[in-house]
Amino acid sequence: MKGIFIIMLSAILVDNFVLSKFMGICPFLGVSKKLSSSLGMGAAVIFVMTCATAVTYPVYSLVLKPNGLEYLNTVAFILIIALFVQLVEIILKKVMPPLYNSLGVYLPLITTNCAVLGVTLLNIDNGYTFLESIVNAICAGIGFSLALILFSGVRSKLEDADIPKTFKGIPATLIAASIVSLSFMAFSGLIS
Amino acid sequence: MGNLKELTKGIIKENPTLVGLLGMCPTLAVTTQAVNGIGMGLATTFVLLGSNIVISLLKKVIPKAVKLPCYIVIIAGFVTLISFLLHGFIPSLYDALGTFLNLITVNCIILGRAEMFACKNKVIPSALDGLGMGLGFTLALFLMGSVREIMGSGSWMGMKIPGFEPMSVFVMSAGGFFVLGCIIALVNKIAGKRPPQKIGCAGCPNAASCAGRKGGE
Repeated sequence: MKGIFIIMLSAILVDNFVLSKFMGICPFLGVSKKLSSSLGMGAAVIFVMTCATAVTYPVYSLVLKPNGLEYLNTVAFILIIALFVQLVEIILKKVMPPLYNSLGVYLPLITTNCAVLGVTLLNIDNGYTFLESIVNAICAGIGFSLALILFSGVRSKLEDADIPKTFKGIPATLIAASIVSLSFMAFSGLIS
Repeated sequence: MGNLKELTKGIIKENPTLVGLLGMCPTLAVTTQAVNGIGMGLATTFVLLGSNIVISLLKKVIPKAVKLPCYIVIIAGFVTLISFLLHGFIPSLYDALGTFLNLITVNCIILGRAEMFACKNKVIPSALDGLGMGLGFTLALFLMGSVREIMGSGSWMGMKIPGFEPMSVFVMSAGGFFVLGCIIALVNKIAGKRPPQKIGCAGCPNAASCAGRKGGE
């Protein structure tokens, strides 16, 4: 139980995917402009990360590993994620139209989100069990959403700020991200 | 002459990282040392060159409806190849890059060039375009890595700089964001044009459905 708790804590706060592992920077900068889109993207990422891990873990341990094909993991995982995202989109469209309408636009964007591929690869690299992998995936997604939501608040303030012309736009956003990331570094003392 | 332009445009004028703002994740993650930046840049160049050539050769064969999965598989194939080569020949770099070596697969520069250039052009221009973009990416990574290594560890390419007190915040994640922000601001200043107001996602295959882009306009 203690192990699971440490995985949760480190995935959400200490080793936050966006702010300390630098995965999923593109959606972090692209989608964090509004709170509503941050929430939507965050929910979609949590969902896809969890399901992708639930699919890739058995594929790795039951198909690739017994046949000595570990080196194919990148190819196999990215294909699974791409197919999976497509599948989720089709199913949601048919079964749950309201959820599709709120998450739909974010789903294709997730295929090329390196946080999703990253979490599936890291689960294998760290030698997590199935349960630990799932917990890690959910919490990595929560950490991603947390960073996005917090940052959308920072950005709405940034809109009104008087920034030198050269720094307007992306440079100012990156420097704001650096300050948010600095504040997350304070969590690193939680796990020794 | 035209071909030469394909090669040089990616290095400075349309630099994928500093002007196009693509491929941010590896730019921030692996640039704690200048050497790692060069290694990552050259590995990406190899994948970009290979995938651009193959995609441009297969552009008539790949059906439009499934082109994204096809491109990703081609790219992932080259990524597996380079990770084997690095594991065998330069294990220290292989360890330093870690997961980010595999994550070259989802680097938006590569998919972006496949979508924007390789699927519309002949083999030789595509190869030169891939090479140029890759070298531009390498240059940006080398720049980032140099600044962070000098400021953060007080050394450059592994050589110690005497009499300089390093600030370790620069090799941490916060420093990465800060240095990248400053370098992009500097590029804007030198280029003398208006800074890009939104993420340059024209090259991203998902641009049409991307909420970030819609929200930004």
